[in-house]
Amino acid sequence: MNGLFQQDVNQETFILNLGPQHPATHGVLRVKLEMDGEYIVDAEPVLGYIHRMHEKMGENRTWAQFLPNCGRMDYLSALSYNHGYVAAVERAAGIEVPERAEYLRVITVELNRISSHLLWFGAFVLDLGGFTPLLYAFDDREQILDLLESVTGSRLTYCYFRFGGVYNDIDDSFITGTREFIKRLRKRMPMYDALVTKNIILIKRLKDIGPISKDMARRYGATGPVARGSGIDFDVRKHEPYSVYSEFDFDIPVYEEGDSMARYMVRMDEIEQSMRIIEQALDKLPEGEIQPKKAVKLVKPEKGDYYHAVEAARGSFGVRIVSDGTNSAYRLKLRSPTYSNLSLFGEASRGMLLPDALALMGSLDLVIPEIDR
Amino acid sequence: MSGYFKELISGTKSLFIGLGITGKYFFEPVVTMQYPMEHVEMTPRFRGHIELIPDEETGEPKCVVCGMCQKGCPSKCISLEGEKREGVKGKVLTKYILNFTTCSLCGQCVESCKFGAIRFSKDYNLAGPRKEDFIFDLIKRLKEKS
Ligand code: SF4
Ligand code: SF4
Repeated sequence: MNGLFQQDVNQETFILNLGPQHPATHGVLRVKLEMDGEYIVDAEPVLGYIHRMHEKMGENRTWAQFLPNCGRMDYLSALSYNHGYVAAVERAAGIEVPERAEYLRVITVELNRISSHLLWFGAFVLDLGGFTPLLYAFDDREQILDLLESVTGSRLTYCYFRFGGVYNDIDDSFITGTREFIKRLRKRMPMYDALVTKNIILIKRLKDIGPISKDMARRYGATGPVARGSGIDFDVRKHEPYSVYSEFDFDIPVYEEGDSMARYMVRMDEIEQSMRIIEQALDKLPEGEIQPKKAVKLVKPEKGDYYHAVEAARGSFGVRIVSDGTNSAYRLKLRSPTYSNLSLFGEASRGMLLPDALALMGSLDLVIPEIDR
Repeated sequence: MSGYFKELISGTKSLFIGLGITGKYFFEPVVTMQYPMEHVEMTPRFRGHIELIPDEETGEPKCVVCGMCQKGCPSKCISLEGEKREGVKGKVLTKYILNFTTCSLCGQCVESCKFGAIRFSKDYNLAGPRKEDFIFDLIKRLKEKS
């Protein structure tokens, strides 16, 4: 008799389930760990606990009806997902977007990216046992949510972009509010630096922990801060510029070390870069329409196969559309970044101590509803 | 060996710097809001559940029962009915039910209404123990409000 839970008596390892309800996984992710004492022999992520068939829904709804779904995959950088989807449909249907709308998209997406990184920062330090930084990060993040709420009407699951433009225009109070917020965050960054980044406990817990080599990141298709922390200089915004990103001057932070500290530093630097983009976009913001003059009524892309990728807060998010010329997709494939980023966890965590593996997992910045979709 | 002591000293210093920062924030004004006691004002664009807009003269809903909102809703949470009445042009709305349990507050309905007959409400204190509490009869709600 060799049942599911029976083990060979001579075997020294045991199975430990991390999740699906575990505070460190930040969602319903289950990781099956094969442990030898405190050391991980093998780790296998088990997915599917929050699968909602977003791709299938896309095939059963009209193009516009799928819009609210985009905000419910990666709820922390929902606007990037909005952007990926509308951009893919615009490419497929050949819809022109007025310049002002593109600028508004960039401004709101970058604000959203900062808020996502701030939340990750707080939650990550919380995983490592530091509670206070979370509260400071949320204080700043709250300001962004207020700003975004004043334009989009919602605080988290945004549904702001439309085919050919955006839903609402911004007003002067948003512009001054954003500028003030950037000033405030610039002042706060040295505080985060002194409180967390330079803290000896954080350094000890992150430096040389969870190394991911360039090769490993490539093999698993990792993108975003995970890849950039391993020395891969790739950012869709820079290397396949979409929207109006080519008009801004910003850097892509890349760190060669590949450890958890490198991934931490990439995200902290990205906050500054996003602030730079927002400032330039506010300076250059053109006047004009936010939706095409001829309103987009019926979206019916030509028969064909289309792809568009954007840089979300966690990496490259791609939308592939196969259209058969009707008013809904024949096939909608969503390529989410954390799915690939998580899949390297099994190999990267081999031989690590459990608490260190949790630091590694936190540094991957997982959002479970986005992995499962 | 000297590296070890150097790190020991700089590490301990970093801890005290952190303590200093949290200590400073301890004496700064509180940023949180005591929510149930204090009431948060919603911004003008806040998207609550939808409500019917009354006609300014008659107080009756402006809706002409074209059904576009129902058709545009991705979650199929609007059901409405109308009837023809003597002496009234067009149809008269007799039933407008919003099933808020499946509404995703996306705003497709408001956008697809060409007659400006629905808008987002500013209600957000919505909690209830029963599912039926979230099946809103919007005509009744309009009557109660006026
Ligand atoms: S907000 Fe969206 S989901 Fe809710 S009733 Fe309107 S169309 Fe339907
Ligand atoms: S779209 Fe407007 S007018 Fe038409 S049924 Fe809906 S609420 Fe009434």
